[in-house]
Amino acid sequence: MRKPVEQIEAATILFAGDSGDGSQSIGTQMTETTALIGNDVATLPDYPAEIRAPAGSLAGVSGFQLHFSSEQIHTPGDLCDVLVVMNPAALKVHLHKLKPNGILIANSDNFARRNLRLAGYEEDPLESDDLTKYQVFRVDLTRLTRKTLETTQLSMGEIDRCKNFFALGMILWLYNRPMEYTMKWIKAKFARKPQYIEPNILALRAGNTYCDMTEQFAVSYDVKPAPFEPGTYRNIEGNMATVLGLVAASHQSGLPLIYGSYPITPASDILHGLAKYRNFGVITMQMEDEIAAVGVAIGAAFSGALGVTGSSGPGLALKAEAINLAMIAELPIVVCNIQRAGPSTGMPTKTEQSDLLQMFYGRNGESPIPIVASSRPFDCFEAVYEACRIAVKYRTPVIFLSDLYIGMGAEPWKIPELSELPEIKPDFSTRADASAEFEPYLRDPETLARPWAKPGTLGLEHRIGGLEKSDVTGHVSYDPDNHQKMVEIRAEKVARIANDIPPTEVFGAQEGDVLLLGWGGTFGAIRTAAENYVDEGLPIGHVHLRHLNPFPNDLADILKRFKKILIPELNSGQLLQLIRATYLIDAIGLNKVQGQPFHVFELHAKIDEILKEIEHF
Amino acid sequence: MKRKRTSRIPVGAPTLTRNDFKSDQDVRWCPKCGDYSILAQTQRTLPELGIPKENIVFISGIGCSSRFPYYMNTYGFHTIHGRAPTIASGVKMANPDLSVWVITGDGDALSIGGNHFIHLMRRNFDINMLLFNNRIYGLTKGQYSPTSEQGESTPSTPLGSLDSPFNPISLALASGATFVARSVDIHSDHLRPMLKAAFEHKGTSFIEIYQNCHIFNDDTFELQREKEHKTDHTVLLEHGEPLVFGAEHDKGIRLNGFQPEVVDLTDGEHTIDDLIVHDQHAEDTTLANFLAGMSDTPDMPHPMGIFRSVQHPCYEDLMTNQIRTATERTGEGDLKALLHDGETWTVS
Repeated sequence: MRKPVEQIEAATILFAGDSGDGSQSIGTQMTETTALIGNDVATLPDYPAEIRAPAGSLAGVSGFQLHFSSEQIHTPGDLCDVLVVMNPAALKVHLHKLKPNGILIANSDNFARRNLRLAGYEEDPLESDDLTKYQVFRVDLTRLTRKTLETTQLSMGEIDRCKNFFALGMILWLYNRPMEYTMKWIKAKFARKPQYIEPNILALRAGNTYCDMTEQFAVSYDVKPAPFEPGTYRNIEGNMATVLGLVAASHQSGLPLIYGSYPITPASDILHGLAKYRNFGVITMQMEDEIAAVGVAIGAAFSGALGVTGSSGPGLALKAEAINLAMIAELPIVVCNIQRAGPSTGMPTKTEQSDLLQMFYGRNGESPIPIVASSRPFDCFEAVYEACRIAVKYRTPVIFLSDLYIGMGAEPWKIPELSELPEIKPDFSTRADASAEFEPYLRDPETLARPWAKPGTLGLEHRIGGLEKSDVTGHVSYDPDNHQKMVEIRAEKVARIANDIPPTEVFGAQEGDVLLLGWGGTFGAIRTAAENYVDEGLPIGHVHLRHLNPFPNDLADILKRFKKILIPELNSGQLLQLIRATYLIDAIGLNKVQGQPFHVFELHAKIDEILKEIEHF
Repeated sequence: MKRKRTSRIPVGAPTLTRNDFKSDQDVRWCPKCGDYSILAQTQRTLPELGIPKENIVFISGIGCSSRFPYYMNTYGFHTIHGRAPTIASGVKMANPDLSVWVITGDGDALSIGGNHFIHLMRRNFDINMLLFNNRIYGLTKGQYSPTSEQGESTPSTPLGSLDSPFNPISLALASGATFVARSVDIHSDHLRPMLKAAFEHKGTSFIEIYQNCHIFNDDTFELQREKEHKTDHTVLLEHGEPLVFGAEHDKGIRLNGFQPEVVDLTDGEHTIDDLIVHDQHAEDTTLANFLAGMSDTPDMPHPMGIFRSVQHPCYEDLMTNQIRTATERTGEGDLKALLHDGETWTVS
């Protein structure tokens, strides 16, 4: 007899275990499958900096959270409906994220004394009364996997590494998801090690059958597809969207892409991703350090290519002097900063958005540089493409900001038509521009951009450098009035980019009580909160800034239309400072620096507090 | 020799002269600076290379020597301290057809830019690096540099410097440089052929140029530079030739075990057959290292000329090959297909 299936609107699942337990793999597979059958989905990988911290330790717990729904969603969910733990440490670290009456699936084989002690449990929590408010399913995952695979040729160690797929098989059953996508993935993944294909598929099936056969699991759930705009979709992680955005910008502009980088979490995936696309003419150069990485991007730009470098906060600190060279030399490069929790080495595998002021001000002298921030995984494509467009059009370094949360998070992406992509025109100076004296700092009257004359062009030989330039000729100049003028021109050039960006979209109320003003990876939490108030008919608006330097021209007017401006940020109030200083308004901050994204309820609490204050007036 | 990628001036086109390479900027080095001669030898050599002026790029870091690009009527980029090799690498990678020259000094290349120096050598881009070594920081007014001799008394080391110097030739060899040479700023008849050889070499070419700083470290290389001393204090390296030196060609260098030593060819005990015969094309760097070490040894003549010149694949060619191979295997990149790569679904 088939067990009953209950329709639900959404579900949040958290897989957790040792770093080597494969939580990231099965989380990604569950994400792919749910996306492919039409749910909206958002993910949050949460893993330690250590590659393999001591097995069973709290430091070594790696988690992967995914939220899927029959409605549009923007976050990986605050609390979970299902928590799958491979050991006691994972339970200890993540239990507080499980909803009351939520499903806890525990690999009871790993709840022996040694692992309990490593996690700091005096006695087995699965046996105690602490878990009575949850639905606890003790499953002998290790033993069941061993039994399933006992006739294979694999060693015991290899067999144990298949148990994550047993767990995934269970979850696929629990949410009525097909196994075929995962099987296809396993076959592709182990194409060169075919001895692992069959065992992993067997484990997957066994987990699925286990739920079907045992009385433990009485009900399964189904989440219907979400309504999406018509179009072709794929699931995409933020860093991969950045990769595709850069390749697209290179392709559409006709400029070869040269990406200089040095390995750093969480930006390395961009280097890995781009390195695969040599057939697009993409050149990736892993350099000796962060400075060399930006150096090749600057050299590439001088030579007439699309020079790009990518890193995270500590790397950006090292690159600052070179970025300033690109600024004064007015060469187009794009600098990607996939932010992580600082300061210093900080928490390399945790998210934060605390590099905004570093990007604004972290260079010597007056150094205006445009800043473009992506707001969600798929938005990295458009945002980094926009950074390339601005860089090329205005001959300036542009900073593209992303962060670990959106860089490693995934969601469905409506694939754009190539015809929708904005034009990027390099407009190189040609031999026809060669007059008696070529003037490398003679500007376009509208954009103030200077000519881009690449070596190899007869008659345009010229010298540039980091010393102050004389207006028009570009010769070295120490003239006081010229310096003043050049500082002002460089600032004005960046300011004029505001004339070249679309009007700001205000979600929800167009005027009223509270405007939620955000930037970067907090989009999902802020938009979800805003939707909740708008659904109740409350006058709450949400603006999420893509362009942080310059700010959009219409922002001043929008800010005036709301009684209170709330700026939620995963830092100590960096956009807050900029907005207060720029617009002289008493904006309020909601700030969190825990290496974790906002929970929607945290936003609700703050908004309620502000609404209450407004009522009292 | 492998063919250089750099384009040649077409036959019959007007030939260039030294004046074509002079920019309109006033040269602002101190009077008697060795840099003037290096600039002049470079401007005299470039017309002989047969490549169009617009294909030449000079890239420098920071320091007295690094003003050089402003004085050359070619493409030029005066960058930041120590980083010229990285920017030059980007320039060359983006357009391998360019002839790229890095101008640097002992502080720029070996101190703040030491990391980039060794990595440029090992990558073997077809880039030429000229290191003007005056064993002092000139632009910042006379502090000791990474090639200053230990004990050097300077404003920052009034009681003498404590660290021992780098030997730029040894460092380049240890980093895998495929062309390593040494010359002297004012020895124009030696420097010009070295510049030409560096250009002709396909791969990273490194030339250390002994250069006099008249203001802060005058005569640091007096024995190697001055006419009256140089014959006894330098030995010219010629491929296939024994190492003979001295005003009367009366001295030579032989190996005593692992130690090069000076022998007198007139004492009746030693003949030319005892001497080291130079082999600049040796893949093994042992001989080149022996020769490099001579300038660290008191009373030994400093070798001048090409220590090493061997052919290794260049980074930019290997990259170009990867692009060609990938394109042959998977076809030229199709952006639409790339965006649709992997599992997709359609909502209608």
